[in-house]
Amino acid sequence: MGEAGYPPESAQGLPHSGAPLSTRMQSSPPPFFRRGPSLFARLGFFSLLSLMLLYADARFHYTEALRKAIAVVLYPLQQFADTPGKAFSSIGAYFVSQSFLQRENDRLTHENFLQAGQLQSQQALIAENQHLRQLMEMRERAEQTSTVAEILYVGRDPFSRKVIVDKGSSQDIEEGAAVIDDTGLIGQVTRTFPWTAEVALISDREQVVPVQIVRTGQRAALFGIGYDGALDLRFMPINTDVENGDMLVTSGIDGVYPPGLPVAVVSNIERNAAYPFAKITCTPAAGPNRNRQVLVMSRLTPLPDYPVVPDAKKGKGKKARKGG
Amino acid sequence: MQSRMIGKLGGSEEILLPVRPLYISITLFVALMINLLPLTGWLLAVRPDFVAQVLLYWGIHQPRKIGFLPAWLLGLAMDVADGSLFGQHALAYSVMMFAAIALHRRVSMFDMRHQILHVLPILLVMQMIVLGVRHASGDAFPGWWFFLSSIVGALLWPATDLLLKIPLRQRHDPDEA
Repeated sequence: MGEAGYPPESAQGLPHSGAPLSTRMQSSPPPFFRRGPSLFARLGFFSLLSLMLLYADARFHYTEALRKAIAVVLYPLQQFADTPGKAFSSIGAYFVSQSFLQRENDRLTHENFLQAGQLQSQQALIAENQHLRQLMEMRERAEQTSTVAEILYVGRDPFSRKVIVDKGSSQDIEEGAAVIDDTGLIGQVTRTFPWTAEVALISDREQVVPVQIVRTGQRAALFGIGYDGALDLRFMPINTDVENGDMLVTSGIDGVYPPGLPVAVVSNIERNAAYPFAKITCTPAAGPNRNRQVLVMSRLTPLPDYPVVPDAKKGKGKKARKGG
Repeated sequence: MQSRMIGKLGGSEEILLPVRPLYISITLFVALMINLLPLTGWLLAVRPDFVAQVLLYWGIHQPRKIGFLPAWLLGLAMDVADGSLFGQHALAYSVMMFAAIALHRRVSMFDMRHQILHVLPILLVMQMIVLGVRHASGDAFPGWWFFLSSIVGALLWPATDLLLKIPLRQRHDPDEA
C-alpha cells in the first residue's frame, strides 16, 4: 500500500507490474450478478436481531440461557487466554528470595498465633451467644459456609464494575451470594455460569448495600457511584450523627448480606443547609485489587415472608400497615 | 496528490497470495483471544478492540469473504465475555461491517495515512452505538477515555495491515520456480 511502508515489496513487485489487476489481494473477479439480499437488507436484519436481543435482555432478562450456553463455549478460550498471565506470575513466584519467604513465614506465624488466641475466645463467645439466643427464643444465626474463589479477571465492560471469579454454579455458587476478602465486603454474585461467576462490586452504580453505623447503630443505604475508592451514603438527614472515620458494617436486614461485615469507612461529610440530605462519602474497606483470593459466602437462609393480611384488598392492606 | 491517488487506483502494489477463509477465521480467533486477555487498569482502557479491528480489516479488504454473520456472532461472544448487555457488540459490529463493506472500494484506494482517517470514524461510530445502547438502558457515560480504544485502534491500523499480510506474501518468485 504505502510505498514508504514496504520498500522491498514494491521493488519486488516491479517485474509483475504488468500483471492484470485481478491478481491483487482480491484474487477472484467480482460476480457478474448480485446475488442474495442487498447490503441494507442484511444490515437491517442483523440490527433488528441485535435490538430484539438487547430489549429482551435489558427488560426481561430472557437471554440468560443463551448467555450461559455461549459462556460454556468461551470458557476454555478464556482459560487459555489466562495462561500467559498465570505462567508469568508463577515464574515470578518461583524466583522470590529466601529472606522474603522467611519474613513472610515469620509474619504468618505471628498472625496465626494471635488469631488462634482470638479464635479460642470467639468459640466461647459463639457458644455463649447460642445459649443466650436459645434462652431468649430468638432465631439462631445461620451457620454460613463459604467457598474460596480466585478472581480470574476484571470485567471489561467500562459501564459497570465487575470481576469474574473461577467458581460457578457447579461449585454451588448461587446468585445473590455475598463476596468478601480478608478486610471486608467486596460485592455480590450477580450471574453464575457453570464454572465461573460474575461478581458486581459494591462500587458498581447499581449496587446498594444496607449498612449500619457501628458507633450509633443507625441503618442506612450505601450506594456505589461507578468508580473505585468511593461510595455514597445517601438519604441521611443533615443533622445525622455521622463522623469522619465511622465504620459501616452490613446490617443484615436485607437477607442477602450476612450481618456485621465491614463495608466502608466514612471519609468526607458535607452538610449544606440548601439540601435536605448530607453528602457523605465513604472509602470501601476492601478492594478487589488488593488480592486475588476472595471468599464467596453461601446464601443466607431466607427470611420469613413479609407479613400480609390474608384476603385483604389493597386499601385495607395499606391501612393495616399504617396501624401497625 | 491527485496523480499519486490515481497511481494507487490499483490498490495494493504487491501481489499477495489469495486469502483463504480458514486464514480469516484464524485471525479472527486470535483477535478474540487477545481481547480475552485478563488486562487491568490503564492497559484495559487504551486497549483497542482487536476483534473489531480485524473484522473491519477483512470487511474492507475481503468484503466477499466475510459478511454480517461472523461479525454478529463474534459480537455476541464479546457480550458474554465482557458481561455487558446482550447484543450491544453484535449491533455495533454489524453496523461496522456495513460501513466496511459499503466503503471498501473507497478506503482501499487510499494510502495508509488516509486509511486511518477513514477507519477512525468507523470505529468511533461503533463505540457511539455501544454508548447509545448503554445510555438507553440507564448507564452513565464512563468518561472520555472510553474513546481512547478507537483512537489507539485507528493508530494501530498500519500495524494491523502489516501483520495480517505477512502470511500472504509470496515465498518465492513464481517465474523462477
